[in-house]
Amino acid sequence: MSIGLEHYLILSAILFSIGLYGALAKRNAIVILMSIELMLNGVNIAMVAFSRFIVPLLLTGQVFAIFIMVVAAAEVAVGLAIIIAIYRSRETIDATEINLMKW
Amino acid sequence: MGLEIAFWALAVVGIGAALAVVLLRDVFRAALSLVLCFLTVAGIYVTLSADFLAAVQVLVYVGAISVLIILAIMLTREVQRGSPANKLRIPALVVAILFFGAVGFAMVNTSWQVVDVPPQEPTTSALAIKLFGEGGFLLPVEIAPVLLLAAILGAIVLVREK
Repeated sequence: MSIGLEHYLILSAILFSIGLYGALAKRNAIVILMSIELMLNGVNIAMVAFSRFIVPLLLTGQVFAIFIMVVAAAEVAVGLAIIIAIYRSRETIDATEINLMKW
Repeated sequence: MGLEIAFWALAVVGIGAALAVVLLRDVFRAALSLVLCFLTVAGIYVTLSADFLAAVQVLVYVGAISVLIILAIMLTREVQRGSPANKLRIPALVVAILFFGAVGFAMVNTSWQVVDVPPQEPTTSALAIKLFGEGGFLLPVEIAPVLLLAAILGAIVLVREK
């Protein structure tokens, strides 16, 4: 059985679902951020697979994957800075205890 | 044949590493398995003949983002408390499985317009023409450094000592 587009799409869906579970169920804010990175990687695999199997000569999916990587790098930098700032002021990064904006 | 073996090995290792990220109690080990997962995703790009993206994946994710994450884990000293699940563990599991079921069903049952053209390799010059050439993505390419600059400034402002 040769490897087709569906294999890559299912792999990307599995990675995205694992990341979704981690982002919803974890308490440590850094682990939530890591789960979001997993989800972004799953989306990237789907982009590159579409680009390889549907428009192999246009490479549009790979261009999109590059922009996703740029946004992911910016997101990680700002997210970790926010986590460290919260840890400085509240001595915890437990997402269930960070309820400053809850009423 | 070699492509199939490479895909299955990379897929199994990658999914195992991703599961380890969300299931391990030790945050530091979770971060290390996240690095392994990034590396297998780079291998998946190689099997998709996206050589430039594989190199960028190794440089950006394995090189930079994992270092940032490990640095943040070291700075916050939450390693002893581990990474426990919150009260929503079972609903989150249900949501993730339902999402995977719906998306997987849609992916398997859609008839994709797969064309049987051999991929172009190497992709670096083709990507450069696509990004910078006529009718390409020049405006997003110029917006991206502005976004990165804003993110760097934001990070500096957020973590600066008062």
